Amino acid sequence: MVNFIIDGKKISAAEGTMILEAARANSISIPTLCAHETVSRSGACRLCVVEVKKGKRAKIVTSCLYPVEEGIIVETKNERVMNVRRLVLQLLMARCPESEVICELAKEIGIETQPRFIPDKDKGKCILCRSCVRVCEEIVGVSAIGFSCRGADKTIGPPFNEDSAVCIGCGACAYVCPTGHIQMEATEDTRKIWGRTFKMKKCDVCGRYFAPEDQLKYISKKTGVPLKELAICTNCR
Amino acid sequence: MKKISALDDLKKAGDKGWKSLFPGGVKILVGMATSGIASGAGEVYAALAAEIKKRKLPYVLAKTGSMGMDCIEPLVDIIEKDKPRLSYGKMTAGKVPDLIDQIIKGTIDKIKPVYRIDEENLIATRDKNHYTKGNVPEYLKEIPGINEVPFYKKQIKIATRNCGIIDPENMEEYIARGGYLALQKVLTSMTPESVIEDVIKSGLRGRGGGGFPAGVKWQSCRSAHGDIKYVICNGDEGDPGAYMDRSVMEGDPHSVIEGMIIGAYAIGAQEGYIYVRNEYPLAVTNLTKAISDARSRGLLGKNIFGTSFSFDIKISKGAGAFVCGESTALMASLEGKAGEPRAKYIHTVEHGLWDRPSNLNNVETWANVPVVISRGGKWFSEIGVPHSTGTKVFSLVGKINNIGLVEVPMGIPLKDIIYDIGGGIPGGRKFKAVQTGGPSGGCIPAKMMDLSVDFDALREAGSMMGSGGMIVMDEKTCMVDLARYFIEFLVSESCGKCTPCREGVRRMNDILHDICAGRGREGDVEILESMAKGIVDGSLCALGGSAPNPVLSTIKYFREEYDAHIKDKKCPAGVCRALIRYEITAKKCTGCGVCAKKCPTGCISGEKKKAHKINRKKCIKCGICMESCKFDAITVE
Repeated sequence: MVNFIIDGKKISAAEGTMILEAARANSISIPTLCAHETVSRSGACRLCVVEVKKGKRAKIVTSCLYPVEEGIIVETKNERVMNVRRLVLQLLMARCPESEVICELAKEIGIETQPRFIPDKDKGKCILCRSCVRVCEEIVGVSAIGFSCRGADKTIGPPFNEDSAVCIGCGACAYVCPTGHIQMEATEDTRKIWGRTFKMKKCDVCGRYFAPEDQLKYISKKTGVPLKELAICTNCR
Repeated sequence: MKKISALDDLKKAGDKGWKSLFPGGVKILVGMATSGIASGAGEVYAALAAEIKKRKLPYVLAKTGSMGMDCIEPLVDIIEKDKPRLSYGKMTAGKVPDLIDQIIKGTIDKIKPVYRIDEENLIATRDKNHYTKGNVPEYLKEIPGINEVPFYKKQIKIATRNCGIIDPENMEEYIARGGYLALQKVLTSMTPESVIEDVIKSGLRGRGGGGFPAGVKWQSCRSAHGDIKYVICNGDEGDPGAYMDRSVMEGDPHSVIEGMIIGAYAIGAQEGYIYVRNEYPLAVTNLTKAISDARSRGLLGKNIFGTSFSFDIKISKGAGAFVCGESTALMASLEGKAGEPRAKYIHTVEHGLWDRPSNLNNVETWANVPVVISRGGKWFSEIGVPHSTGTKVFSLVGKINNIGLVEVPMGIPLKDIIYDIGGGIPGGRKFKAVQTGGPSGGCIPAKMMDLSVDFDALREAGSMMGSGGMIVMDEKTCMVDLARYFIEFLVSESCGKCTPCREGVRRMNDILHDICAGRGREGDVEILESMAKGIVDGSLCALGGSAPNPVLSTIKYFREEYDAHIKDKKCPAGVCRALIRYEITAKKCTGCGVCAKKCPTGCISGEKKKAHKINRKKCIKCGICMESCKFDAITVE
């Protein structure tokens, strides 16, 4: 076990635990947007920054990626930390003025918009946290979406923004999206995502449409379970 | 090719190289680095070849890299037995017949050499090469020796020791000047630990920007767990106006390769990568040839120098992203992924390329290594100042007389670089500031001229050493516009991964654009400062972490210029178009009409020989009128 201090509180955690998890386990809240439990950490949103003091040196780190160390003193809400968090939220509010999640988060922490930043109109609610890209690569394993361009022009989508041939319509990307930028439109027997419409499969038992046919085919191929056995929804299995 | 497997083989190769360096008779050497080619060295070389052929002369014509004094290129050197070596600057194809006449007659009456070289140091072996044996012919005494030329006087060449002297494509010439001797010494008489100890003792710090002690990094990588380890050379030099590494890769590729092999031996690596930007085609060509030559002579590959040590190098070409000069982004790019940095809480010396222990140093650091080894860490540590030892190569560009590449001992006063080496500011203008450390560095004002140029002093001054770009600015440079320029560069080079850099730097850019366009608001400077603090603290990598530096340092030293833009809506330097206007002083105007003729919008009118006027509504503030006026009648306000 590693012993250290967060916000004046003595805490111990197993080696390899990230500061974020150690803090949360001890009821110290740290806001995050891009840290989703199902995917690897990227440290992109920078909302979870904390200050770590080690001897004489104090540095700002992302708590989602920084493993706890013996004897460190962590501050999660001091002025230096809050200055970064304030900036990040003001920047994200200016990027995604329509995002309720970000506005809510800013309100909770007591941060107002920076009038000097002219709000963007073309970015939707995407904060480029890459949770969607990571889940598609790491969990689903198809890498149907990725980044294009660089810097502020960076966008997320299938290659060349054309219909992706490898997307299985599982909707995992929409599920992990923290701001609701990725929209999945569903009718009874179809699902539309990233511009492609997927046909849904009817459960052989209850007759409910429960999953895209492409997704079931992909699972069958990957696991070796015959497609027939997958034709029953999880409720009826 | 016979493999070099013993000291004797190396000596034989060196002897051959020496004959190629000094073939006896007449040898003509043309500086063919990119700086030379850009100023027309290719045509000069072709003209020389044609003239030699036409007159059936037994001359040797060869290519070399750049000696550094780029402002006088194309540079042609004449080497004759027992005569000082003569360097002719600003050569053209048209001057070639006269030059050949002079060589034949033994005169310098038509074209004067810029300087002569009587002897040169072989820094790797502490020998000297005497061109003249002390006898300088009478007719050459009026030509200054290279050590009397202010540009070269204070320079000590370690990393650039062979640039402009050897043919970079000729490995034997590199060996002749002490090349691969350090490697031989390391592999046959030193343990990896003692190599690292010597590099630590030398105090050599990374020349790429971070300034981390190279030996300590090597030590960490050596101690890291893992059988497979990598050494990497960062040749992704991307700072605007900086070309130190290019010059070394083009002019002396073997120095980098030898440094990497020594590093690999010390660390325990079997494979190396040189990541070089594809915008440096000549560097890629010369490195590729050097690697293949070293391999064919057994200095790369299996059982180097007949020992059990094996190591090889591959070249990887970068596609032009500034951020790929950041070590983790570079490694991502090497792996074939998008060049995006990752958090460095777990160091690359432990988990780097393909998650293996990896040691990355930049070109200049690697090029220093062979000399550190052959002359010893102690010798190196005595050059420069404590904590910043050795030399540093700078590219001196901007509003300075002697544009070029200089290698100076660390701790040299800034004013020596600007005034002695650089020769001051052109046009009698006043020196205002110098930007060091590239776009993420900072500017140092004229009042800090006595500043010691070393890692720590530059950081304390709010700038940084960076990789060694030095952009000189005179009184006609607007510091707000300068900050805007660098921030704009960083906006387009941000990879877009983390919020503070991607969103923050572009918002700073918006505010700076507003200030330059006369739309600045009271409180903008304070907003910029607060944003800068958040971006420095909150960014993922060093690109974002240092991006606000140009803004912070210009605010620190030139706050009054920001205030003039914001409060008085004036640009004191007369640069920001929205805030300036051109005026014709009636008393001085002779009515010659030159400005009216040159004005692209035709907004200047007036009768002949009478004072002219500018129609402000049509004026686009291009400044052509002011440049064209011979009577100083046009001013900018």
